[in-house]
Amino acid sequence: MSVFKDAGHLFRFAGLFVLAFLIFLVVRHYVVPKSFGQYGHYRGASIGEIAQRPVKFAGHETCEGCHSDVATKKSAGKHAHVNCEACHGALATHADDPGTVTPVLPDTATLCARCHTASAAKPKGFPQVVPADHSQGLPCETCHQPHSPGMDAPKTDAPKTDAGGVK
Amino acid sequence: MKISRRQLMILLPAAAVAWESVLAGTPEESPNYKMSEHWWGMLVDIDKCIGCGNCVRACQTENDVPDGFFRTWVERYHRSDWPMSESGDVTTNPLIAPEVISPDGGKEGFPAATDESGKYFFVPKMCNHCADSPCTQVCPVGATFISPDGVVLVDQKYCLGCAYCVQACPYGCRYIHPTKEVADKCTLCYHRITKGLTTACCEACPTGARQLVDLKDPKDPIHAFLKTHSVQVLKPQMATGAKLFYNDLDGSVR
Amino acid sequence: MSGVEGYMYPNEITLYWSVLIVLYPYITGLVAGAFILASLERVFRVEAVKPTYRLALLTALAFLLVAPLPLVLHLGHPFRSPEMYFTPHSTSAMAMFGYVYMWYLMAVLVFEIWLDYRREIVLLSQSSKGLLRMIYKVMTLGSTNISPRSLAIDERVGWIVTLIGIPSAFLLHGYVGFIFGSIKANPWWSSPLMPVVFIFSAMVSGVAGVMLLYMAISKLRKQTIDMRCVDTIAMYMFYIFIIDFTLEMLDLVHRIYEADESFRSLDFMVHTQLYFSQIVLQIGLGTILPLALLFLTQVVKLPEIARKRIYVLSGCLALVGIFAMRWNVVIGGQLFSKSFLGYTTYKLALATKEGLFVAIALTLLPLLFLWILVKLLPPWPEESAHAPAAGD
Repeated sequence: MSVFKDAGHLFRFAGLFVLAFLIFLVVRHYVVPKSFGQYGHYRGASIGEIAQRPVKFAGHETCEGCHSDVATKKSAGKHAHVNCEACHGALATHADDPGTVTPVLPDTATLCARCHTASAAKPKGFPQVVPADHSQGLPCETCHQPHSPGMDAPKTDAPKTDAGGVK
Repeated sequence: MKISRRQLMILLPAAAVAWESVLAGTPEESPNYKMSEHWWGMLVDIDKCIGCGNCVRACQTENDVPDGFFRTWVERYHRSDWPMSESGDVTTNPLIAPEVISPDGGKEGFPAATDESGKYFFVPKMCNHCADSPCTQVCPVGATFISPDGVVLVDQKYCLGCAYCVQACPYGCRYIHPTKEVADKCTLCYHRITKGLTTACCEACPTGARQLVDLKDPKDPIHAFLKTHSVQVLKPQMATGAKLFYNDLDGSVR
Repeated sequence: MSGVEGYMYPNEITLYWSVLIVLYPYITGLVAGAFILASLERVFRVEAVKPTYRLALLTALAFLLVAPLPLVLHLGHPFRSPEMYFTPHSTSAMAMFGYVYMWYLMAVLVFEIWLDYRREIVLLSQSSKGLLRMIYKVMTLGSTNISPRSLAIDERVGWIVTLIGIPSAFLLHGYVGFIFGSIKANPWWSSPLMPVVFIFSAMVSGVAGVMLLYMAISKLRKQTIDMRCVDTIAMYMFYIFIIDFTLEMLDLVHRIYEADESFRSLDFMVHTQLYFSQIVLQIGLGTILPLALLFLTQVVKLPEIARKRIYVLSGCLALVGIFAMRWNVVIGGQLFSKSFLGYTTYKLALATKEGLFVAIALTLLPLLFLWILVKLLPPWPEESAHAPAAGD
């Protein structure tokens, strides 16, 4: 037909499109990750990947598994709901290999001050002091045992830090 | 505190077994964790937050958050006393214009406040894990999504780093990771909560101001809490279905 | 924190969308605008602008080829961009980009240019030598049929393509406006007017751009400028500009009147950080002044030399003003905090991947492409008919 003869170039152009589209479909089949669409418009396998990230904080239940004596003492005092790693830092490596990885004791001067330094911004009922006035420069553990910090709780352990060191 | 050798010999293997089972769990492979049984959220109690910044530091440690960017941060608000002069100028309205600071996200706590006027309080913030999240809506390729158990996550192997999701989040909880060059944000410590642990921020919080909640768990204390307290979400007018609930959130909070 | 005033959410302090994201809508706007000018002749039979028809199409193509570059350079992982083709997220306006771009490039622009130039391409494939001959031969797609009937078919199909091209051009640029306009988190962007404002300002910039290019190229070729053509273009530009200005003022007045929670923060930003780029550049020098100048040419009978000067001046001012508009939208939208309590600053680096030098290079690159296209596919028939020693 003469129409097709004179429109042949259009069919060639269209043909390019069709070819490109077919190539696209083939490439797409190989390139799109297999788990894509498993739960929604995303790569389902990424959920598992994210869940497998390393854990750095062991969690207080793991600590209490070995250190039940500390846990018992703590649960009777004011720091009952302060978890171990809130002060001792991330210790999953210690839980993994307790013999080799020894936790470093926190520096009470910085640690205790963070929570207990008095500020008009903190809730009124929360125990807070002005450190300079409160302890005349003595480290906190001179009078307070961190695991049971109330003044009426007996101190059973010797203080461990270097500054001052009054027993 | 000393553990005797004997105690150690007994406790160590027991703890090791328990720890290994915690580490081994992944959502699909673990028989203990089924995504369909959970719908995660978080409760923050403003009355209890003391602005110590433990949560910010713990999150950074747990998730390798780069300096200068924050998966969670704490803001300190000061809603000043009501001005005695009658004024049509809303800029002096303490509910509209509170003073807010967040020095380095509150990571090292806050400087002591000495001004006894007005009301101060701390507001910890993080991803709200919105049920109808605007950020997952705009992702052009499907690199960010809400998991079947309600956690909004980023697939960092698929993300292009276009930052459209960062623009779409009304809460400012997303950022582009400076070295990985993909979107990053709070994952609700997905790698922990799927193993029966709580999030790093909740673990580190000394006052219990932050608590992980599982809305699908009938035994979760959140259900009783919701019956007896007024809770709010941030920017409710955006209708994002935010699952970060605040107890006692002041009206001046942005 | 340096550069921060008041309070910003900590993650908001850095701007994530840089000057490259300002450039992208500017470039696609020029594409859309140039195409609309071409369609004025092809579909709406405004004969007067025929001298710019082919130039407008080539300009659109030159800019369209550069358009993805600022986007790709901005991405954290540019090599993952094919994901937009393989797994586009249907709820994301940005995901449309891949397909709309490809559609507009191939099914509209390249197709239309090919149909319009086919006769010259076939002739040049026979008369040129060497590498150029190969290029032309490939462009013929193997068909050398330039019989009157085939050319008549081309004409008809080309008309249909242009007709489809008009909404396609609106889609190409309108979706960019929607990318911003649909973000409820950002009150500076969130507005149903955004796509419309983008489209109309795009038309102004594209029309101005082609007009300036036509005048410049004519001067370079030492050809007389067809004043009837340029007068007509300027008239259309004037009317489109009025609509654009009206829409932008509507947005402004609406904001000021409703004064919602974001208003005070945005108002302060416009009066301080964005004062120069919005009040002075975009509104003052970039809209009101060119509008006033063009108005003058519409109501007073000015001599040719005065009209030419006014057209050049208003065209340049319009181009600057529309760029300022994109800047104010993109950068402005990131300068204020979503807490409405603070502001940050944009630090435009010089020599980084998203810095000033790259931005300038990307603005000039389309001109280089246009030069190549004009050499390859000369827009003016009297030159191509002779097909001189084109093998250089």
